[in-house]
Amino acid sequence: MRELFTKGMARNIYYGGSLFFILVFLGLTFDTTARIPERAHVEALTESVARGKEVWEEYNCIGCHTLLGEGAYFAPELGNVFDRFGGSREAIKAFIRSRPEQGIPGRRSMPKFDMSEADLDALVDFLEWTSKIRRARDWPPNIHG
Amino acid sequence: MPYSKLALYSGNRLFPTMGREFLEQPTIVKIGIVLIALGFLYNVGMTVLKGRKTVINVVLLTGLVGLAVMFLFAFYNPDNLVLDKYYWWWVVHLWVEGVWELILGSILAFVLIQVTGVDREVIDKWLYLIIAMALITGIVGTGHHYYWIGTPEYWQWLGSVFSALEPLPFFFMTVFAFNMIFRRRREHPNKAATLWAMGCAVMAFLGAGVWGFLHTLAPVNYYTHGSQITAAHGHMAFYGAYAMIVLTIISYAMPKLAGREAAPPRAQVVEMWGFWLMTVAMVFITLFLTGAGILQVWLQRYSDNPLPFMVVQEKIAFFYWLREGAGVVFLIGLVCYYASFIVGRRQAGEAAA
Repeated sequence: MRELFTKGMARNIYYGGSLFFILVFLGLTFDTTARIPERAHVEALTESVARGKEVWEEYNCIGCHTLLGEGAYFAPELGNVFDRFGGSREAIKAFIRSRPEQGIPGRRSMPKFDMSEADLDALVDFLEWTSKIRRARDWPPNIHG
Repeated sequence: MPYSKLALYSGNRLFPTMGREFLEQPTIVKIGIVLIALGFLYNVGMTVLKGRKTVINVVLLTGLVGLAVMFLFAFYNPDNLVLDKYYWWWVVHLWVEGVWELILGSILAFVLIQVTGVDREVIDKWLYLIIAMALITGIVGTGHHYYWIGTPEYWQWLGSVFSALEPLPFFFMTVFAFNMIFRRRREHPNKAATLWAMGCAVMAFLGAGVWGFLHTLAPVNYYTHGSQITAAHGHMAFYGAYAMIVLTIISYAMPKLAGREAAPPRAQVVEMWGFWLMTVAMVFITLFLTGAGILQVWLQRYSDNPLPFMVVQEKIAFFYWLREGAGVVFLIGLVCYYASFIVGRRQAGEAAA
């Protein structure tokens, strides 16, 4: 019996299809990478914002929070936390500073981190910068994240 | 120990974990991962060079090379969060829905040849077809992670269209596994390995395919992104596509390494208890998290009066308790699985004596 669909054909689809879509993806990556600076406002990406991202990573914030929807889903989204706090840097800093050492009984509560004033400022700079990234449909859907 | 001191006590200053999800390994461990991946690649590569070159082992090698190469993006951590996230997905997505499907497909094909005795030509053709679909849909399908992170809007279309097709390779994998087993030419004594192979294909399809599709379209993902829906999908997909294929090959290879065709029947029964307990528990974990996710999306993002995150979390806590219960069943299944090795060794010892 002659086969209509041979192994050779399947192999060619695999190699041809993969190669084609790898090239498509690289092309799209090239285009996206070129557009990111404008969408992410790189001119506003100061040294302090970069330091803030380091602070964000040092304290492993992603271990509980999400940032633009990626993270641990255990604590609120922080991509828009700057807007949620009414754009008040002081309110965000006061919140972080005022976490109780022993937590809040019976509910999740953020640990108390002893950050230096400079780190705290950098972190808020990073969160403010992040909130201004131009995202499709201005995700998240509402202020609650 | 207070959580806030964890970084201090674990020596984060010396071995920074970089605080990026899934890539929390300190740099020195990341380098270790690269070395181990290269060692694996060398081992498998030299084995292939010395032995028969088959479609399966070439695909496996391609997958392993891809795995090693894509992991290198774990070392790239730019200041710009959007760029960071863009390339972060090259490790996280292109591992799962790219190179891992080559590895998954080839290991599954290998085990199926061994336990069914079906003609290699037939298996090879299926394998090519499955991995072709996996890469054709999965590479541009990365776009379903580029909806809301600051990347251009066209990803909503590309991501939606291509990732809507991503269940196909998983569906074919299930059809493939069952088809081969129905057409088997021999009864392999390792029933457990056969069960794992079938279960792996089904759970990968359900977890990665069905639960992936559930929230992959951009208009849906707008509401579900970063919710418990994501967690539900993640649990089942990783269990099906990562954990189960590893358990499949362990189930097949461990008796072989001990110089026998299959584990003693009683050990296999215990192992299959482990299979069913873990797999059924994972189905329930997924269902409960999905329940939590639907409620969360509704209360926090969709209803007329959206509620704050923490308020919603309190309201859906019931589902977390259910999920916890299913997790305990999963743990019992895991204990059964481990016990099967002890039972196997004891029975083999009795037979020898």
